[in-house]
Amino acid sequence: MSSELLQFILSGVTLGATYTLAALGFSMIYNASGVINFAQGEFIMVGGMAASFLTAAGVPLPLACVLGVMVAGVIGWLIERFAIAPARDAEVASIIIITIGVSMIVRGFTEILLGKGAYALPHFSGEAPIALAGATILPQSLWVLAVCALIVAGLGLFFGRTRIGKGVLATSYNRLAAQLVGVDVRKVLTLSFVLSAAIGAVGGVLVTPIATVSFDTGVMLGLKGFVAATLGGLGSGPGAVFGGLFLGLIEALTAGYISSSYKDAVPFVLVFIVLVLRPQGLLGAKPTDRI
Amino acid sequence: MTSLFLNSRWPGLALLTVVVMALPAILPNAFYVDVAIRIAILAINGIALNLLMGYTGQISLGHAGFFGLGAYGSAVLTSHFGVPALLALLASAAFTAVIAYGVGRVILRLRGHYLAMATLGLGIIVSIVLTNEAAWTGGPDGMAVDGFTLFGFTPSGERQWYWVFAVLLVGTVVLAQNLIDSPAGRALQALHGSETAAAVAGISVRQRKIAVFVLSATVSAVLGSLTAHYSGYVNPGLAGFLQSVELVIIVVLGGMASIYGSVFGAVIMGVLPQVLAGYEGWDSVAFGVIMAAAMIFLPRGVVPSLTAWLRSPNRRRGEGAAC
Repeated sequence: MSSELLQFILSGVTLGATYTLAALGFSMIYNASGVINFAQGEFIMVGGMAASFLTAAGVPLPLACVLGVMVAGVIGWLIERFAIAPARDAEVASIIIITIGVSMIVRGFTEILLGKGAYALPHFSGEAPIALAGATILPQSLWVLAVCALIVAGLGLFFGRTRIGKGVLATSYNRLAAQLVGVDVRKVLTLSFVLSAAIGAVGGVLVTPIATVSFDTGVMLGLKGFVAATLGGLGSGPGAVFGGLFLGLIEALTAGYISSSYKDAVPFVLVFIVLVLRPQGLLGAKPTDRI
Repeated sequence: MTSLFLNSRWPGLALLTVVVMALPAILPNAFYVDVAIRIAILAINGIALNLLMGYTGQISLGHAGFFGLGAYGSAVLTSHFGVPALLALLASAAFTAVIAYGVGRVILRLRGHYLAMATLGLGIIVSIVLTNEAAWTGGPDGMAVDGFTLFGFTPSGERQWYWVFAVLLVGTVVLAQNLIDSPAGRALQALHGSETAAAVAGISVRQRKIAVFVLSATVSAVLGSLTAHYSGYVNPGLAGFLQSVELVIIVVLGGMASIYGSVFGAVIMGVLPQVLAGYEGWDSVAFGVIMAAAMIFLPRGVVPSLTAWLRSPNRRRGEGAAC
């Protein structure tokens, strides 16, 4: 393998790990509520912005990161409580508008509180690149990959082994049946929003040292997370991981070999092709309709 | 009598015509006329999208892409090739129709969020192409566009252009209402209700969906061409995601499957940014609050909710009188 190719793959996987975290958030909320949360990208932005601001204000880095994630979690809870729950019976288009409205509110307040400038975080463990078979990787990229893997493994355990996690899965299969066997569906909804906000924010905190963040970063990241979730199949956990990594790789390879100005178009061309060939996504179950 | 008044299409049309005729006399200067023109543009675009979303039930998060194709088609053809404006407009509209047909054929079998994703992707691809092909489009900075001459008449200044867009708006409202009340329009509404039931009733669901998609896209493209000539300037932002979202907001806020709803939505979306201009950040917050609150408290949109509210007591009174 040429070292150039390896370099592109390494940066693609790092990028893909971020998309995976965004896509997992989309899928989790979609499973619990059937809602595509267009504010998902804002959680990533809020995590990065809050942690950067706190660090700049003198809070120690690890504490700032935890607080940034917590801020996003609280916002996730607020969104579910005050914007999604009151609109339970609204149509898909209405709920899409609500989440877009919410994302504008979050973006607006961030702009008011922290301004338009770009924020950055210090790298967690130095900026000296690590040499690897002719290519290099930043220590921060290793952080991104490791934490992403931990989260995926943690979610696997959560959904497979814990009572509340199984409740979330049950709700996503059949809300009414889950309620009948005693799952607290309201709690499941709240939990999904808080958890996916926190996961998005973790992604934001991790990439901010590499990519910097400003109040409008969330829009494109959110859209790409949505693409990743759709590629893998909406609502599928392994699909989100696969979709995220696949998207990151293709994007990095396009930027490297074809055209860096068209790399932002790649996700959308890709999702187009996949949807045409396989409307339920690569790993999604074939949908059945009730007539 | 009152229910006749509310159900007939004439009172609404008369009101719209009167307002449109009276506005130039009331508006004090060119700035306000420009805002009125922008509102007419949003309203026509909103009605075009409403035919697709509100009546037929097919969501599109990339509709500004078609508007952008029309605008840039005219801009590029007139500036780089010296094509006459009318010919450029027709060529761009035909080109957009072909694209919409090709894309519609493959994506309109998708449903719900997947269709939203595919249309969103389409719009973003258009705006990325417009940004990157700088040799033709001027890149992110955009490009200048000449005036529009038709049969020796060249509208210049806001007040003359106002009449162009005013006539277009009223014409679009009339044509859209005709379409909705025609058998073709009823077929669209039927397949919105249930595609299976519509197919059983003999409606070729797929062709109808493609037809309304192409129609909606073409109207937006023509409008885009005219807007480019009016502004004298185009940039890739007008095909962007936020523009597409703005159109969806107009349709949903005003009311799905309500022509006047889209006009109302356009007024709100045209006026609000002017009111909120200068309050950085707060404009975004206010917009978001209005959107979310409207959807939570008036999920069917403002105009349908209002007419329903107006109708209910009237009807009861009417029945009482009949007894």
